[in-house]
Amino acid sequence: MLADDLRCMFYIALKDLRAYYFKPPNISWGILFPFAFVLAFAIRNPGETRDLVPGLLGLTILFGTSSMEAIVIVFERRLGSLERLMLAPVSLPALLGGKLLGGMAFGLTVTSVVLAVTLAVFGAGGVNWLLLVLALLLAAAAFSALGAFVSVAVREVFEAQTLANLIRFPMMFLGGVFVPLAAMPPALQVIARLLPLTYSVEALRAALSGGSWGSAMADLAVLAMFAVVLFALAVRVLAQRSE
Amino acid sequence: MNDVIQAAGLTKIYPAGKDRPPLRAVDGIDFAVRQGEVFGFLGPNGAGKTTTIRMLTGLTRPTSGSARIMGFDLAAEATQIKKHIGVVPETSNLYDELTALDNLVFSMQLYGVPRRERAARAEALLERFRLSEKRDTLFAKLSRGMKRALTIAAALAHHPPLVFLDEPTTGLDVMSARGLRQMIAGLRDEGVTVFLTTHYLEEAERLCDRMAVIVKGRIVALDTPGGLKAGAQEKTVVEVILEDADGRQEKRRLECSDGVEAAVQRALAEAAGKRVLAVNTLGPSLEDVFVRLTGLSAEVMLAEKGGKRGGGYAGG
Repeated sequence: MLADDLRCMFYIALKDLRAYYFKPPNISWGILFPFAFVLAFAIRNPGETRDLVPGLLGLTILFGTSSMEAIVIVFERRLGSLERLMLAPVSLPALLGGKLLGGMAFGLTVTSVVLAVTLAVFGAGGVNWLLLVLALLLAAAAFSALGAFVSVAVREVFEAQTLANLIRFPMMFLGGVFVPLAAMPPALQVIARLLPLTYSVEALRAALSGGSWGSAMADLAVLAMFAVVLFALAVRVLAQRSE
Repeated sequence: MNDVIQAAGLTKIYPAGKDRPPLRAVDGIDFAVRQGEVFGFLGPNGAGKTTTIRMLTGLTRPTSGSARIMGFDLAAEATQIKKHIGVVPETSNLYDELTALDNLVFSMQLYGVPRRERAARAEALLERFRLSEKRDTLFAKLSRGMKRALTIAAALAHHPPLVFLDEPTTGLDVMSARGLRQMIAGLRDEGVTVFLTTHYLEEAERLCDRMAVIVKGRIVALDTPGGLKAGAQEKTVVEVILEDADGRQEKRRLECSDGVEAAVQRALAEAAGKRVLAVNTLGPSLEDVFVRLTGLSAEVMLAEKGGKRGGGYAGG
């Protein structure tokens, strides 16, 4: 049973990557969009460019994982091909896990490209690599689960895109990407603490600046919690919608 | 002969929605499907055919009742059941972005077909469905008939002993439909059990060993096509072809409620000096049976389905 689930998860992710993710528009969008935003901010504040790197990575992984993930399931449901997967000998959590894995793999791939460029420009001195890998993995899991939840919660592709943007864009401005959390008004700090992007940017900032594990561990734990809760909600909604 | 499907009191009630009351889509049906037969499931739109298939294939949970598929309990062993069945839904639903070959290989990957067998099995399926030349063509670029054929091929990729075919020939051109019907007959010859829903009564009659008619969620008849027709026959109908002295032919139809022999004697008596060219006894058609059971003509049923009488079905 577990072996069936793991095998199906792997092949569902592989199929999604081939069929949907690794297409030129997705790759260019996944890389160029966060770069463009950060570049615009950096031109206005040239002295703070290096400080934007954690936010740039956070944005890249947010959009890389969730953009396609948020529409893949609703798209397949419309075409009837999601039903093919539901007829296969695979549990619903494993089916959704395969979708999650596909989104994570794509998000981590485009983020690796952005990471390589930023490290080449700013240097890799003082990077806590283990913390960096954990932060990227957990952020990818949390954002991919967010995408999956959006995708199962709506019925049409345009609804998925609208809902995903309603969640992501406020998160982009309140998640500590452009303005550090400490510099925000207290009310906005409270809102920021409800957003997974905040914790991913904080964990990435700690990893890139050789920061301590202490506070980063809390950020990682919150990201893991977001991933688990959003995934469980997505499974539940998909089960209800399938009836 | 073993039963591969045993359904007992299977019921599905969809709860009330915003603008509709609760719907009892399937209402306590009992039936069994024997190993190796083609079992037809006929009924008008909304009768409960697709809901029944969705329950039997584990896509939706029955509200009450039980079923055993291939010996596995539907409620407790749905994953085991899924390993042993192939399902062809009404819509061809493979992946547009994958080629014909990749779609088949992906199906095999999901069902755990060993890696070393996948390529050969996929090529054999493409050959069988006359799609070898399209092996590297994207599913999106295939014709409707080819998409249907490939969808069926994908359902057979893991060699399931039981296949559910939901309206397999609806919307196909005559030649594609004919090819698929030959393929379904071939499945029976291989010992595969087929659960078939169709709107083409001629198709059902030609392919099915037994069939159930479902109306408003209840099975109203279940028998062989011959048994259904015999059960519907209240009177013997005899057709007599006569020829008068001038060589003019005339066809007369007589109904008699006391058996074939009496009907023939009456027909001969009616000849009255004319030459009797032929005497044929006529039974009811499956369409007559269907109309009697459902109160719906075959034409109306096809129109509801968006089909065209004589379009998809042309014998074969």
